[in-house]
Amino acid sequence: MANDTHSADTETAHGAVDAAHGAAGHAEAASAGMPQLEFATFPNQIFWLMVTLVVIYLVLSRVALPRIAAVLAERQGTIANDLAQAEELKQKAVAAEEAYNQALADARTEAHRIVAETKAEIQADLDAEIAKADAEIAAKAAESEKAIAEIRASAVESVHEVAKSTAAEIVGSLGMSGDAKAIEAAVAERVKG
Amino acid sequence: MGKIALILALVIVAAATLFLQPEHAGLAIHPMDQFEISPLFGHGDISWYTPTNVTAWMAIAVLCIILLLVVGTRRRAIIPTRTQSIAESAYGFVYKMVEDVAGKDAVGFFPYIMTLFMFIVFANFLGLLPFSFTTTSHIAVTAILAMLVFLTVTIVGFVKNGTAFLGLFWVSSAPLALRPVLAIIELISYFVRPVSHSIRLAGNVMAGHAVIKVFAGFAGALGMFAFLPIFAITAVYALEVLVAFIQAYVFTILTCVYLKDALHPSH
Repeated sequence: MANDTHSADTETAHGAVDAAHGAAGHAEAASAGMPQLEFATFPNQIFWLMVTLVVIYLVLSRVALPRIAAVLAERQGTIANDLAQAEELKQKAVAAEEAYNQALADARTEAHRIVAETKAEIQADLDAEIAKADAEIAAKAAESEKAIAEIRASAVESVHEVAKSTAAEIVGSLGMSGDAKAIEAAVAERVKG
Repeated sequence: MGKIALILALVIVAAATLFLQPEHAGLAIHPMDQFEISPLFGHGDISWYTPTNVTAWMAIAVLCIILLLVVGTRRRAIIPTRTQSIAESAYGFVYKMVEDVAGKDAVGFFPYIMTLFMFIVFANFLGLLPFSFTTTSHIAVTAILAMLVFLTVTIVGFVKNGTAFLGLFWVSSAPLALRPVLAIIELISYFVRPVSHSIRLAGNVMAGHAVIKVFAGFAGALGMFAFLPIFAITAVYALEVLVAFIQAYVFTILTCVYLKDALHPSH
């Protein structure tokens, strides 16, 4: 579009030289068919292309590409670091959980131990008390038995005495005189039987 | 937002076709005028150092590359901004291409290949702006780019492999009788490489731009029915956007393929 107006300008407004040039240009373009084949412009294009490529190459290789590579590497490093850190934290969490479980298990066994110990202590105390009580009971029973035996012995003695004296009285009142020795023997015989 | 813009554009097109009828609705199509090279100052002859529209649009391409890759990454952020993200994607895209296609020992050529890619991609996309000039539509430019690649590859091939580089042309897996024939074919295809490499890029870019201009010429001639070529222009433009990237990609990946041949010439 711009070229259209430009060539129109050249042909109408400007001087003879310009007009001639424009006409020549058009003639050349028409004969060649396309501006791509106007070999007169080749050195110009090639020169500016080389300048452009050298500038782009220098900018890219000196500034842009090292910078982008550094940024990408840094990001990669950051990501790797973060991942490693996350992994470490995870390990720590697992270790903490293990420690917690261990502590819990330890506490539980300790509690069990204490319970068992206390139980055993109480049992021992109880056993001792029971044994002591048993012994006391046995002593008391023996004492009582002894007392009972004494009482019984004194009662038997009394029965002997009473029987003897009663027998002697009965014999006396019957009018017979018995000798004391014989009476005693007879009474002993009877009481025993 | 997009819908409103679309409706607005259609209304403007309709109004323009109704009220802005050209005084003489003739078929005036100059599809090739857009490729003309003119001096920036004055109307003199074009010598090798004259600043021309080629200079201007190459300078704009350089400026855009610097804006994207240098200014865009100036913060060196771990969490990138949008511009830095684009710069990093471009870096990763080309770096991965070099590494995957040409091999790990070719990463030394990465700045060189990145230069080619960035220049072509920016020249192509800048050429899609209305009233702009497309430097890559000129065979002189693409031929130089292709010749640079060809010379680099050939020199690197001989420097790295010595005469073993000629094994590239001697297909040792083929039967012995066929090898000389294949060698001739391989040799021809090797020297045709820069031709196809350069014409592919310039041809694609030039053809698309010329087609748009042709349709634009129809739009001027059709009056009321100008919306038809305008829709066609929209479609071709969309295709051109694709082509602009794909041709830069193709040029770069072929460079990598040729480089691989130079570094590992065995078949």
